[in-house]
Amino acid sequence: MSDAAPPLPAPTSAWHMYRAMVGIGLVCGLLIVSAFVLTGPIISRNKAAALQRAILTVVPGAHTARTFQLGDGGRFQLVTRAARGAPLVYGAYDAAGHLVGVAVEAQGMGYQDVIRILYGYAPARDAIVGLAVLDLRDTPGLGDRVEHDAQFLRNFEQLDVRLDADGAALAHALAPVKPGAKHETWQIDTITGATVTSSAVAGMLRDSAAVWIPRIRRHLADFERQE
Amino acid sequence: MSVDPIEPTATLGDEFFKGVWRENPTFVQVLGMCPVLAVSNSARNALAMGLATTFVLVGSNAVVSALRRFIPNQVRITTYILIIATFVTVVDYVIQAISLDLYKALGAFIALIVVNCFILGRAEAFAAKNPVLPSIVDGLGMGAGFCWALLCIGGVREILGSGSLFGLPLFHAGFQGATLMLLPSGGFFTLAGWMLLLNALRQRRARRAAAAPLALVEGR
Repeated sequence: MSDAAPPLPAPTSAWHMYRAMVGIGLVCGLLIVSAFVLTGPIISRNKAAALQRAILTVVPGAHTARTFQLGDGGRFQLVTRAARGAPLVYGAYDAAGHLVGVAVEAQGMGYQDVIRILYGYAPARDAIVGLAVLDLRDTPGLGDRVEHDAQFLRNFEQLDVRLDADGAALAHALAPVKPGAKHETWQIDTITGATVTSSAVAGMLRDSAAVWIPRIRRHLADFERQE
Repeated sequence: MSVDPIEPTATLGDEFFKGVWRENPTFVQVLGMCPVLAVSNSARNALAMGLATTFVLVGSNAVVSALRRFIPNQVRITTYILIIATFVTVVDYVIQAISLDLYKALGAFIALIVVNCFILGRAEAFAAKNPVLPSIVDGLGMGAGFCWALLCIGGVREILGSGSLFGLPLFHAGFQGATLMLLPSGGFFTLAGWMLLLNALRQRRARRAAAAPLALVEGR
């Protein structure tokens, strides 16, 4: 039996490790940026088309939509290219060009990530008349039921958002309730088995409507007169 | 210079079918269960997740194999993760460009392909030790195995849960699907059912193979 220790592998120099990591990082960066440059315009077009479809879905009877931005003094201004991060709302018009509703985006934390929704407000009916989910990353089969569950979506066919006497706030704040417990027109039935996500959607709708509905109602003429 | 450990007798066909059947990542190795159970609630989602994973697997296997002599052992896991994450980012953009609805349906699970253990497992166990072509074939085989496993589970869940397959209705209009099958628990039941069936088939084949020499000896 030999006393000699087994030979140790040659040490790797720091330069080799640095070279490997930087080299691979550069190649990976090139691949990611190339993919982004190639697909970016297509993704933007897809998102714009999906948003347009969602607006026409949440405001029944709408044929066209225009984008408005909240400007200084709380007035709504028609925009063709919105400033980044500026809150946007969408005026929805029938075939004759008359305003039939306003679509508003809202977002909030769901079970796993931020959920983005779009809801339609019909001033003539004093009600929210439709809801679509724009972005949802909650569990497939559970959380995503907020997009398809017929009973949950019925909440948003005629959800009462009348204003109080001075028009500064909702007469009744929207209120999420347990499944089947809805007995008022401003309450929202949540979903058994998707409680967190459906409550999150109802909660973000309550918060958003409390801010936007009085504001839109006050300046409804901004949506009607701008061409 | 390292020696590639691929068995000299293993053909590319063997490498491919190893992933599809003998070492199937879902039904045999039981790896990467998170997307298997979460996304396989419809055949369409299952197929899309299977194809996305296959793309990442083939791409990362090819690059890891091509660079295996360039990557020092000490930083190999970091570089493998970087390579895998790059392909996942590319596939994420591509799916958004193809269909936003599909992107929404797959949810967070596209990004989670980065941490799918069987992709890193193939990079470490195979691609880092073998030439590019066998590594690509290994990725294709494992990807195909993952795809058909997801399709088996997704198909059954969609038929029983929604009464359709790839969105096409299979039953009468009043059909009431079993909601349980669309929930993650339905994924567990379906996976268990398929594993029971496939293990029974494997055992039957093994019994027949064991009985065949006896039959020859006895002249039956």
